[in-house]
Amino acid sequence: MSKKTDSNSYTIIFSVGMVLIVGSLLAFLASYFKPTIDENKRIEKQQNILYAMGVNENEEGSVTFISKDVVGENFSKYITKQLVIQGGAISENDQAYLIDIKKQQTLAKEGEDRLFPLFIGEKDGKTFYVAPIRGKGLWDAIWAYVAMDENMVIQGAYFDHKGETAGLGANIKLRFFMDDFTGEHLLSDGQFKGIDVSKSNNDPKNEDKMDNQVDAIAGATITGDGVSAMIKSELRNYVSYFKNLKTN
Amino acid sequence: MGLLSKKDAKLITDPLTDNNPITIQVLGICSALAITAELNASIVMAVSVLFVLGVGNVVISLMRNIIPSKIRIIVQLIVVATLVIIVDLVLKAFAYELSKTLGAFIGLIITNCIIMGRFEAFALGNGPWKSFLDGIGNAVGYGVILIIVGFFRELLGAGTLLGFKVLGDPIEKTGLYAIGYENNGFMLLAPMALIVVGILIWVQRSRNPALIEEN
Repeated sequence: MSKKTDSNSYTIIFSVGMVLIVGSLLAFLASYFKPTIDENKRIEKQQNILYAMGVNENEEGSVTFISKDVVGENFSKYITKQLVIQGGAISENDQAYLIDIKKQQTLAKEGEDRLFPLFIGEKDGKTFYVAPIRGKGLWDAIWAYVAMDENMVIQGAYFDHKGETAGLGANIKLRFFMDDFTGEHLLSDGQFKGIDVSKSNNDPKNEDKMDNQVDAIAGATITGDGVSAMIKSELRNYVSYFKNLKTN
Repeated sequence: MGLLSKKDAKLITDPLTDNNPITIQVLGICSALAITAELNASIVMAVSVLFVLGVGNVVISLMRNIIPSKIRIIVQLIVVATLVIIVDLVLKAFAYELSKTLGAFIGLIITNCIIMGRFEAFALGNGPWKSFLDGIGNAVGYGVILIIVGFFRELLGAGTLLGFKVLGDPIEKTGLYAIGYENNGFMLLAPMALIVVGILIWVQRSRNPALIEEN
């Protein structure tokens, strides 16, 4: 004898009911938590930008941001200007750190002029120019905040990823990889060259800072290539800003 | 009398040994390959699966008499996906750092065959308490293997455990590296997880010959 739950009408009613219940539950929870999640993301961006310019609580080998409670006041203290570069025009915008780089890249693909945010920070009498960049890793997005000086020499960087392989590509957010970038030159003989994450670098202690290369991570070739490509394609857009900075 | 009857206790202890989901049932191998290059990731995955499988088994068990059999697999998928999304949202709101660590595993939890396997094989036919114990037992059995594999892969592949350099510094040549030891980069690649799981299966079967199939 067939059970009541086997009939077609029961199956359809059950499916509709389940979709309605699950859909409403998830929609309710997503909108309920959205303000808290957005706030966490905003704080994270400020922490990342400050991290790149050396405002962090790193101990030996660790990656530690400044605490959530003090990030707001430190951000206003260290970040003196937030610029937005669009097609050669430069404007100030104190919400520039909220600009979504992914959306801007999509706009550029559609042929529109995208926005390039740049955050200028002062720490211990030194000026830092922090640029947010975004690219593709092996599985999903990778992004970084790169702090440079006026000669486009990297002063610090924070890398992150959405879903790179744990223990391999995911290691781009570890100190041994990120710290290698500090001191590396993005220019070579005045021309923009970027930085290659190279397997044939032969400089594991990264003593040569002029070679436009850092040592790659074993087993993370595609993520490493993604990092090189991201740095090349994104930071190139800031070259004219730095050239103007020197002539003015 | 203890907290659990003998039968109930077996639901928890069996998956730890002679009915282990990975080494005997050969379920959940995909995530065992994908995320065991680091001990930390193995632990996070083990805890996530423990929660999803424990709660999921109870939900499916409570619904077992009203689920239409024709669409039961889809219903199971919806339950597990809903649970995982809820966990993700709560973590993003209240433990943002942890949610970022977990981010890569969300998809892997949903597709983990242990979860669907236990829903289908156990929770659909048993009460909530028994299903809960079965879920916990299988998740722990899975987690233990994950942690053992993660331990050896991180130790031999990177010379670290939970990120700490336990064998010395390979670049500065201190500790074991001073006498010529080198990390085995192969251990970080997915195929080596299979070899480690293979060794575990070998050890388990040589300790308990009853597990060896007859030809």
